[in-house]
Amino acid sequence: MTEEKKPILTVRDLVVKFRVRNKELTAIRSVSLNLYEGETLAIVGESGSGKSVLTKTFTGMLENNGRIAAGSIEFEGRELTGIKTDKEWEGIRGSQIATVFQDPMTSLNPLKKIGFQITEILEKHQKMAFAQAKPVAIELMTRVGIKDAERRFNDYPFQYSGGMRQRIVIAIALACKPKILICDEPTTALDVTIQAQILDLIRALQKDYGFTTIYITHDLGVVANVADRVAVMYAGQILEYGTVREIFYDPRHPYTWALISSLPTLAKKGEPLYAIPGTPPTLFNEIKGDAFAPRNRYALNIDFEEEPPFFQISPTHFAKTWLLDEKAPKADPPVAVKIMLEKGKIHQGATEVAK
Amino acid sequence: MSKTILSVKNLDVTFKNGRDSVNAVRDVSFDIHEGESFALVGESGSGKTTIGRTIIRINPATAGTVTFEDKKISGVISKELDNYVIRNIQMIFQDPMASLNERATIDYIVSEGLYNFNLFKDEQERRDKVYKALTDVGLLEEHAERYPHEFSGGQRQRICIARVLAMQPKFIIADEPISALDVSIRAQVLNLLRDLKNERGLSYLFIAHDLTVVRYFADRVAVIHQGELKELAETEELFARPLHPYTRSLLSAVPIPDPDVEKVKKLLVYDPAMHDYSVDKPSWRELYPGHFVRANEREAAEYAKMYA
Repeated sequence: MTEEKKPILTVRDLVVKFRVRNKELTAIRSVSLNLYEGETLAIVGESGSGKSVLTKTFTGMLENNGRIAAGSIEFEGRELTGIKTDKEWEGIRGSQIATVFQDPMTSLNPLKKIGFQITEILEKHQKMAFAQAKPVAIELMTRVGIKDAERRFNDYPFQYSGGMRQRIVIAIALACKPKILICDEPTTALDVTIQAQILDLIRALQKDYGFTTIYITHDLGVVANVADRVAVMYAGQILEYGTVREIFYDPRHPYTWALISSLPTLAKKGEPLYAIPGTPPTLFNEIKGDAFAPRNRYALNIDFEEEPPFFQISPTHFAKTWLLDEKAPKADPPVAVKIMLEKGKIHQGATEVAK
Repeated sequence: MSKTILSVKNLDVTFKNGRDSVNAVRDVSFDIHEGESFALVGESGSGKTTIGRTIIRINPATAGTVTFEDKKISGVISKELDNYVIRNIQMIFQDPMASLNERATIDYIVSEGLYNFNLFKDEQERRDKVYKALTDVGLLEEHAERYPHEFSGGQRQRICIARVLAMQPKFIIADEPISALDVSIRAQVLNLLRDLKNERGLSYLFIAHDLTVVRYFADRVAVIHQGELKELAETEELFARPLHPYTRSLLSAVPIPDPDVEKVKKLLVYDPAMHDYSVDKPSWRELYPGHFVRANEREAAEYAKMYA
């Protein structure tokens, strides 16, 4: 994990609003976040929690009806919220901060040869000539695990399988040696066996290229596999963040508890799975208090009145829930969370014995 | 276990396109018992959905037979039996966004099958059946008047299930019913399917690629790869003693939500070229009671030693 903590990207009190049918929707409700150099941060949340919108602001890819209403995003000392034109964004999007999206078929141009889609990037961003770019592209293809890359250079996307296409998308993203790689559900459309290979690939590349990774996912298994740190998002806010061990073995926010409780891995066969009641709040209206309160069986009266601040649990672990206030009654976490707590202790014990 | 409700014997499905042909399913056999949930697990292109579609007669079987309640339902069958199959075997599809008619009300969607088979005496009875199906899946009567676009993904999948239940089938084929849903919604739909099984003794063919869900839901699991069954066992047995290298690679690939375990896990990669079947031909062998694997003589001996 990162010893000397140097933030490469800092988000402060970010608010993002969308105009939808003459009404205003607040998709990001004051998010602050540090991304440290070389780490892998996973952002977890249900659809609509704002996890994709948040990372889109880092590359200026908000849809036309969206805008940053407040806050700042600082990337290597440069303020990103002020950037207006696509021309200015070009120096950052793709070249410094690249994104790998969920569906590799829609990220590739079906009418262009695979090789050309990689050399195109090199020609544009690194001002290479085609003859120069071609061997670089073939090397990139080999690096992301395309066998016989020279021959496959002239293939079209339809001749590639889903996993291979995603490898190409990764090769394209890495062509400019970005400092940050955003992976937006990179494996959701893929099979488990392929998923595991792609996750391994990204990890290996991160070691070689030394970029910082943000994963956006709803799969806690993937999070456990890749993340150094985790941020849990709900209704446009981060509710809890900490190291991956803190979030899995010592979660504090009732929403994180609920997510862990609904995992089929921890459920006993024949017993009902825990399902979070209700639905997420609509973001068209102002949300009073804790956004999760109406679905939260641990909710206190104050949760409906006043928005909780972040409480610090450890130097790296923060949670936004009134349960951590010293005046709050002691809450008894759900069984699944207790199981995870035990697991964490056992693993910890095992490593200490090994030492 | 109780008696067999559905049986697939030596099923082959071949797709032809001009001179090309693809053997999507090759020599697949399994039985599903009454009240059982049987899972078919494999990656995309393995033929698992094709088997489901062949059972409900969307794809014709090229060879082999499908038997439902001791009646052969593959190949040419009478109109009467065809209707019987449609009424008693129903399918839930993967993507609830794509499987509902956007221009029909929920009321019509749920009662379409009832209309087709005249399963009601009068308007009153049809309404009652629709309302019953909707409330059974946790929706409200008032939802009947609405259109699909007014519902979330999880609610739409409930509508799909309500449509299936209105027919009062005996057997349900659930093709990746929760893959398209959000984590928090998945639990709701899985619970619903499980409750229906317990309350009505429904039998399921559960088609999936997510082994954690299968482990929770299924009684027995068959693992399929490139159109061929590789292994079949009771769920816990399969997870405790996976034999076939493909099953073991699948199990190793499942991300476990437990970082200390997941971070040090070793990924096993399956390469079909590892089997040497040139002389010693593989067959379907029962290595432990009820635990089958496709292997040749030499491999079977190896597998038997694995957990000795």
